[in-house]
Amino acid sequence: MNWPAVAALAAGTYLLRITGLVLRDRATVPARVERYLDLGATALLVALVATSALTADGGFAGWARPAGVAVGALAAWRKVPFVLVVVLAAATSAGLRLAGIP
Amino acid sequence: MKSDDFRDALALAAAIGIVGASFGALAAAADVPLEMAMAMSLLVFAGASQFLVVAVVAAGGSPVAAVVAGLLLNARHLPFGLAVSGIVADRWPARLLGAHFLVDESVAFARARGTGHRARAAYWLCGVLFFVFWNVGTVVGMLAGAAVPDPNAFGVDAAFPAGLLALLLPSLQATDARRVGLAAAVVALLATPLLPPGLPVLVGLAGLLAAGRGST
Repeated sequence: MNWPAVAALAAGTYLLRITGLVLRDRATVPARVERYLDLGATALLVALVATSALTADGGFAGWARPAGVAVGALAAWRKVPFVLVVVLAAATSAGLRLAGIP
Repeated sequence: MKSDDFRDALALAAAIGIVGASFGALAAAADVPLEMAMAMSLLVFAGASQFLVVAVVAAGGSPVAAVVAGLLLNARHLPFGLAVSGIVADRWPARLLGAHFLVDESVAFARARGTGHRARAAYWLCGVLFFVFWNVGTVVGMLAGAAVPDPNAFGVDAAFPAGLLALLLPSLQATDARRVGLAAAVVALLATPLLPPGLPVLVGLAGLLAAGRGST
């Protein structure tokens, strides 16, 4: 790791973040585009959930993680409080790994 | 701001702190100097890319390739910024600061609270909490080094997707959002073995093709 790399990563990441935030104002956004931006964020977040629940390093993440996410999803669907959802998901995965399931 | 929001944000922040410690420990193991690891967590503040860059360079990869890969991972923050622009701030000084706090969890958390005052308060609450916990975690992890246990042993890796999904559920009540989400998930999963990290999620934007006309 070297300082130029840190600086480049920091600058590039900030540029990505600020560009989206300020671009929106440049022109008034019609309702249809508004809707696509909103759905786009949903698409990205769901894609993130799916890939981070099921995959690691380009391959399957093992059963403990998606099982934990599934338990959390079920709890969330049943309107269990958010903190409990997170704890249940983590505990399920941790428990399965303790039991030898990766 | 509601006390529920603070409590829920704290739960995510705790998980973020744990992963921050794991990053600190990884950096320590990779012989990254303390100031450099701290600088990364302060100036980059994007966990996955920080892990990636440190791991690639530690394995002998070129820093240039590592940074490019890290930026690819972070590219989704551009569409996220477009989506939450109204939530974060109205004036540019606040936007400059708000941009630095843009992470997946604060986007999902804020959007789950609509587009008004509560969403804005939630965004900034998350921004500050996550930033503090991530950075404190980094320092603790660097100092504790090998004593930091693997977060996966605590199931932290399941906590994040579960938390994100819980935050998304209200918005997935609309059928077009569900259609788009499902399509995005399928595309991203199919792309995962084929593309470098970060790209599969971006490719998930193709799920917008399933958007259809209005919401029902």
